[in-house]
Amino acid sequence: MNSDSFPKIIGFLCNWCSYTGADLAGTARMKIPPAIRVVRVMCSGRIDPLFVLRAYLKGADGIMMMGCHPGDCHYQKGNYNARRRYVMLDSILGTLGLERERFGLWWVSASEAPRYAQATKDFTERIEEMGPNPLRDEIFL
Amino acid sequence: MPKAVKIKNSTDKGIVEMLGGLLQSDKIKGVFTLKKMNESGAVAYSLITEVDELEKAVPFYPFMPMNAGRALSTFTLDGETQEPIAAVLRPCEIRAFIELVKRAQGSLENFLLISPVCAGVFPLKSLADGSLEKNLSRYWESVENAALDPNTRETCQSCEDFIPVHADMTIVTVGAKNLEEGCIVILNTKKAEEFASGVTGQTVSEETETEGTEKLKKLRREWKETVFEEFERNGVGQAALIKTFAACLGCHACSHACPICYCTFCDFDSKTCEYQPVSFHSELEQKGGLKVPPGNIFFHLGRMAHMAVSCVRCGMCSDVCPVGIPVASVFSRVGDSLQEVFEYIPGRNVEEPVPSGTYKEQEFVEIGEQ
Repeated sequence: MNSDSFPKIIGFLCNWCSYTGADLAGTARMKIPPAIRVVRVMCSGRIDPLFVLRAYLKGADGIMMMGCHPGDCHYQKGNYNARRRYVMLDSILGTLGLERERFGLWWVSASEAPRYAQATKDFTERIEEMGPNPLRDEIFL
Repeated sequence: MPKAVKIKNSTDKGIVEMLGGLLQSDKIKGVFTLKKMNESGAVAYSLITEVDELEKAVPFYPFMPMNAGRALSTFTLDGETQEPIAAVLRPCEIRAFIELVKRAQGSLENFLLISPVCAGVFPLKSLADGSLEKNLSRYWESVENAALDPNTRETCQSCEDFIPVHADMTIVTVGAKNLEEGCIVILNTKKAEEFASGVTGQTVSEETETEGTEKLKKLRREWKETVFEEFERNGVGQAALIKTFAACLGCHACSHACPICYCTFCDFDSKTCEYQPVSFHSELEQKGGLKVPPGNIFFHLGRMAHMAVSCVRCGMCSDVCPVGIPVASVFSRVGDSLQEVFEYIPGRNVEEPVPSGTYKEQEFVEIGEQ
């Protein structure tokens, strides 16, 4: 198997809510699984479905999309688009049987540090149970 | 019951006669339809402005050399056509055109849209290899008997949306006996009635949905279910997807033929998706090998993310694939599920925004709050 540590979960976090929430979790010394690799975007609406697909095809064991709660987006509407994009990805991956459980969307506000800790903990457990993404070993994609 | 005109001529010839009349009387300045190119038997879409050129027109020849929705988009890209044009399109081609109009890639104005109740088209190869001509009479028999024709495109055989929407005129075909003697043109709009006012024919009343169309719809639905079940058995999962697209060359012909993929500069042809030498090096350091050219699965999944929501299931993609990958089977399956999630039917209503370009504040409320 690809010798990268398992699990490797890519988290796309919006700058204003979820990243700040994650930062707060860090400041508060909460336990966050080391599996999570954070990529900061300014808004969850910036998360191009292609980012998620590329991460998955490169062998990421899980992908988390995070943003502000609907109605609280720093840019007003970005997270509404993110929600539709997640629903679209979930449908495409689900129809093709590509382990839709490796993907998720969470609304985490800047003050919701415990929520961030819980979401990452639960998701990491789910991924550990699922095992590594078989695409880690798949070269000829 | 909608008004219709019965022209005393075979379906092909009746429509050509009507179009010739409209062109002659200057009611239209052009006709867009299929035309036999020359004695070689090649058939292509043509925009015709002289009545004499209409002689070789074959509007209902079961062949789709390109998705006509894309053709109409290309000549209305910078605004509506200034001259009225009558265009004969299949139902999926009209829907594709409407999806393009929604994306500011064309205009519906000044077109007289004529569409047959569609019994499907033959795969592109079948014209070149002669099998289309061989199976042609059998095709017309299937039309009369409202039966499935196994020689048509796979997407056609499982298509339930074969009754045109947004056509000014609908041509009765499926289930109609005596297509050789009488051509029935259902007039769906005021525009159709105006244009048909000069046509020599009998005024009749005719329903678009008949016993024949119901019968065919049922057969198509059953076939679609069979295809879906087969997909569930053998087409799902990472291994199955990789196997399906194993032969992919990355030529992007599927995308070029797709009416919805209109982007002049596709993401997947751009630098974003290009493999620079350094990318080869870094990937090879981590993995034991790399398919060359890389990124086929990414291209297909990405293309689905971009256009599956508007997939009209025309089947052009499978037809143009040089290595015979059933692209349309995969894309139309994904398109179906995705469209169901958004309760969207591509081409149903030009005012309805494309799901990937809009949102509702109150929807999917359970997402993200877990």
